[in-house]
Amino acid sequence: MSTNRILLYKRYERFWHWSQAVLVIFMLITGFEIHGAYGLFGFARAADLHTFTAWTLLVLWAFTIFWQFTTGEWQQYIPTLKKVDAMVRYYILGIFKNAPNPFQKTSVKKHNPLQRLAYLALLAFVSPIIWGSGIFYLTYGYWKHWGVDAWLNLETIAVVHTIGAFMMLTFFFVHVYLTTTGHTPLAHIKTMITGWEEEEQH
Amino acid sequence: MNLKKLALAASLLASLVAFGARAEVAVPSLGDKLPKVAKGTADHSKFKELQKTFKSGPEVTKVCLSCHTDAAQQVQHTKHWTWEVVDPATGKKLGKKNIINNYCTTPISNEKDCMACHAGYGWKDKTFDFTREENVDCLICHDSTGTYRKLPGDAGHPVYERKEFPAGSGKFVEAVDLAKVAQGVAMPSRANCGSCHFFGAGGDGTKHGDLDSSLKKPGKHLDVHMDAKGLNFSCVKCHKTVDHFVSGSRYEFAASRTGPPVARGKYDDEPASCQSCHGDKPHHENPLLMERLNVHTDKLACQTCHIPEYARDSIGTEKSWDWSTATKMGPDGKPMVVKDSAGRRAFDSKKGNFAWDSFLVPEYRWFNGKVEFKTVGEKIDPTKVVEINHFEGSASDPAARIWPFKIHRGKQAYDPELKNLLVVHTAGEDDTALWHNFDWPKAIGKGMETAGLPWSGKYDFVATEMSWPITHMVAPKGDAVRCAQCHKNEGRLAGIGGIWLPGRDRNGLVDTVGWVVVALTLLGTLIHGGIRVCVLCRKKKPEGMKQP
Repeated sequence: MSTNRILLYKRYERFWHWSQAVLVIFMLITGFEIHGAYGLFGFARAADLHTFTAWTLLVLWAFTIFWQFTTGEWQQYIPTLKKVDAMVRYYILGIFKNAPNPFQKTSVKKHNPLQRLAYLALLAFVSPIIWGSGIFYLTYGYWKHWGVDAWLNLETIAVVHTIGAFMMLTFFFVHVYLTTTGHTPLAHIKTMITGWEEEEQH
Repeated sequence: MNLKKLALAASLLASLVAFGARAEVAVPSLGDKLPKVAKGTADHSKFKELQKTFKSGPEVTKVCLSCHTDAAQQVQHTKHWTWEVVDPATGKKLGKKNIINNYCTTPISNEKDCMACHAGYGWKDKTFDFTREENVDCLICHDSTGTYRKLPGDAGHPVYERKEFPAGSGKFVEAVDLAKVAQGVAMPSRANCGSCHFFGAGGDGTKHGDLDSSLKKPGKHLDVHMDAKGLNFSCVKCHKTVDHFVSGSRYEFAASRTGPPVARGKYDDEPASCQSCHGDKPHHENPLLMERLNVHTDKLACQTCHIPEYARDSIGTEKSWDWSTATKMGPDGKPMVVKDSAGRRAFDSKKGNFAWDSFLVPEYRWFNGKVEFKTVGEKIDPTKVVEINHFEGSASDPAARIWPFKIHRGKQAYDPELKNLLVVHTAGEDDTALWHNFDWPKAIGKGMETAGLPWSGKYDFVATEMSWPITHMVAPKGDAVRCAQCHKNEGRLAGIGGIWLPGRDRNGLVDTVGWVVVALTLLGTLIHGGIRVCVLCRKKKPEGMKQP
């Protein structure tokens, strides 16, 4: 069996992914502590770290959005329904029979159709929920000045933020699990670290 | 060569030292030749008018007024003299003369005792003439010798003759040397204000909880502003006083000042608030923390975080006073006094049961600056705990903040038929005084008669509470209340509604659904992964190793 190596993830992309991963995991840990789910750093420290991490992530995103558009990589997130059914069948049945993955990654199409839908949902739905509510949460002190306090209260913002957090946590678990579905359990993670995809030839 | 250099360096050094030494020699200035300057511009010990023997307080006052011509009139316009305040909102007459408190209840019929804290002489009953200028007591606020004392029973007069106090205690109070006190007058210090305000309700620390004699010379840990070795603020530093009018009172409370600091100097009508000097955005720590702390000022009073506990000393404060057990005698049938383990009063046949404590965590309530007081004769609802005073405000009120309070609880005598609290004649040596004769009906009869109020002849006891906002004993910032003391379940603000408190408040449905979804997701991945492992393992065996 011969293997073909392609460079799937460029250096910035890998930096972005892993730093974002660390920041998001850290925000989940500190966020659920602020929520009162457990004690780890202590409320004050957790709130400090959560806020600091939020700003860090925003800066990272500013660079990443710039990168996505200057490199044209944003097109990776355009959704498609083509082969979605095949992907679903693969994950429900094929994967257990060691059937080939119906999707072959290329540097032009890095994400399978289900991935595209999932990432789009993350970008267009979960992110606005978390960041919309999060930015209001951060700027609570200015509500009166902006007149926002007339129609918004902290409870709404807090509950919406929590809903977003649960969605993110769910995404995180599914995402991590699906990294094990490469041709070896660690293949996807290895690719994400080195950038190189070793694809099986069919 | 080297030796030469060394010598040069040494001589250079020597000259430097010599120069330095010369610089230390003080240059004589004109000021050194002049006599030492006293504080203030008038040394009262040099005034001939004060170099005589004074027989009474009013005699001293007359001399004071011979120079300070308008001082008495100014004092007579303040509540230190009238004990009366008219609520501008309701027109209701308040002030110590008209309201009830939760300790000795009311001065009516007990003036001879209570007026030990009146800034005047001779208020022993309702015949007191409030217009007589010589009856204004200048010395209680201006004594700097610490020897001026007024005792219960003398209707506001200082001690003229050496006497045993308390009666039968074997302790004696010396007669006040009025000339010495008059010659040493000064601007009021903490001890002056404290001579009454530290001893409210008849004993050190009893009433307020944030005011007691430990504030005469407090350490920084007890009060950052009054710190005797530091800022050493006197009371009037914050309670700015103009023409004898002392600002900042619970009758005109600045509960929620906003805006930048006015930084003293600019007179405004609420100078005795933290924000007067600190503004409403006082935190300047790291940018993240600063922002978040300053956000709190629209919901919290400064005191809520910065006075983590009150009565932070061994003096402590009284938490409750139950009058219903008063007149109970000891096993020998005689009046009894019982102290608690710290030597504070726990029971007194004259007064009933007490509970005292130190280092108390305040109770928290919304407060917008408006206070309602029960006045003498006012109707009550005996089926509920009677609020002797009620602090208004709610979460939806933009002028309200969460304030720390000492809540003093007790039981007071009331009329079960006419449904009002009763005026009790407690102090005195006469046959009707409760503390003398231990007879409730006689004492109530006399008290109500003096107050000019009807009484059904019946009495019982009702649970009462009185709230005292805590605003003194501001701790160093390192001792402020920590975030997590409120941002958690059952924290300090557990009883505060109308706000969303992160860490305390949760939406039950969102949490339940959220955790169930997360759990099902984990379960799903485990099952999916488990099947993969099983299926692949079984397939691999006959085919052999198929690892790439």
